[in-house]
Amino acid sequence: MATVDVKTEITGNVWKVVASVGDVLEEEAPILILESMKMEIPVSAPEKGVLMEILAKEGDVVTEGTVVARLKA
Amino acid sequence: MAAVRSISKVLVANRGEIARRIFRTCRTLGLGTVAVYSEADTGLLHVAEADQARLIGPPRPQESYLVIERILEAAHETGADAVHPGYGFLSENARFAEAIESSGLTWIGPTPETIGAMGDKQRAREIAVAVRVAVVPGSRRFEHDDPSGLDGAAEVLGFPLLVKASAGGGGIGMRRVDDMRSLRDVARATQSMAAKAFGDDSIFLERFIPKARHVEIQVFGFGDGNAVHLFERDCSLQRRFQKVIEESPAPGIPEDIHKRMAEAAVNICRATRYRGAGTVEFVVDAHTFEFYFLEMNTRIQVEHPVTEMITGRDLVAMQIELAAGTLTSLEQDAINARGHAIECRLYAENPAKMFMPSPGKLERYRPPAEPGDLRVETGYREHDMVTPFYDPLLAKVIAWAPTRDAARQRMVSALAKFEVSGIRTNREFLIACLRDEAFAAGNVSTGFIDQRREQLLAAVDQ
Repeated sequence: MATVDVKTEITGNVWKVVASVGDVLEEEAPILILESMKMEIPVSAPEKGVLMEILAKEGDVVTEGTVVARLKA
Repeated sequence: MAAVRSISKVLVANRGEIARRIFRTCRTLGLGTVAVYSEADTGLLHVAEADQARLIGPPRPQESYLVIERILEAAHETGADAVHPGYGFLSENARFAEAIESSGLTWIGPTPETIGAMGDKQRAREIAVAVRVAVVPGSRRFEHDDPSGLDGAAEVLGFPLLVKASAGGGGIGMRRVDDMRSLRDVARATQSMAAKAFGDDSIFLERFIPKARHVEIQVFGFGDGNAVHLFERDCSLQRRFQKVIEESPAPGIPEDIHKRMAEAAVNICRATRYRGAGTVEFVVDAHTFEFYFLEMNTRIQVEHPVTEMITGRDLVAMQIELAAGTLTSLEQDAINARGHAIECRLYAENPAKMFMPSPGKLERYRPPAEPGDLRVETGYREHDMVTPFYDPLLAKVIAWAPTRDAARQRMVSALAKFEVSGIRTNREFLIACLRDEAFAAGNVSTGFIDQRREQLLAAVDQ
């Protein structure tokens, strides 16, 4: 079981956290939704796994490349 | 004609380039200026350039630029006697217009009743139909999750179709659906988005015209049933249903079609006794030139400089003078157009990554010089931060020339000289669009960017 970092691809404001620690996520399942420049952009699980940690909370501003969650794949 | 009300100081309930552009006209008219700003915009040009400025809240628009009470407070504290809403934010919010008027300030815009009627897409369609303007075939409104009704309506209209939020606009709250299978999911997603974004979850379905052009008519109503048009703008080049390049005249559309569209738009204004600047948007079938009313924007439009460049009119001055009661009604034949104008929207985004936003610091930012045939509207300067809280528009570049081809080349040269680094932008992508053979030939449609994305991106890389 490898730990996978989930990174944001863009700078934005965390609008909603839509998954919880312990959830079993399919590949592409959204973990949180960023709001950036009037767009809502999901940050999704890069592969199937168990959500171990969520490192951002609603209202946080995250920059491109920030690790916002960790999965056990 | 409205009673003469004096205006001496204008608060602009907006930010960035449009606030600056309105201030410019205010200064020409000898009026005082008041800026409002969020914590994210403290150092921006629109704040520095205004006579007075008031902080109205945290960065998120819901806590600053969209809070009616904060803007009213700012107006009263600074002694502003009129409010111009710009575009976006509260510009099409009837409640805001009403609050401004009932607090004794002058609202620079249409009546709250017209804003309310046109802001509701379904009611706007009914108004168009009442004056015999064709609308795109569409369904009734679905207030709540009503899958059986939706399926039936979709069968009648046929696929592809669009799911639209009744309260949406500017491409927000609009999704294409190609088959029955995805209809319910898209409808549900649109409803929940619309409930959050607009406080109204109702949606409707509309037939999707595969090769369509987006052509709009700039109108101006005098509030007494008189109205004129200031010709059309072609805004077909879009990504994610949002405009990227606009121009006037619309290339390749027969003269009689232009004329009929303009007449239709003016008829809508007359019927509603429209007051102020507005835009009537049409979708035009690129093959048959049949046109259908889409919606009416009851505000100054982002791309209004295109019209100003070809007509020599200052639309913002007309808005302010009408609100002040000092504008003399114009006759249609007093409005003439000459030459060709093109506007490009420089966005902070990455075309190679599906136009994803690219906020960050403008390490280098040097717009080209502005001789008379070129206009650059921007809210930023070098070393400013482009934050993720607002739309990605960095600048509008507008070029004028006697012919379309000369305007196109003028624009390529202006964009080539626009120095910007530190964030990703669509600058080179815009140049690729302008140089594209189909664009050069005037063969534009709303699918242009999606269909030619790969080759446009390849041209950027060269």
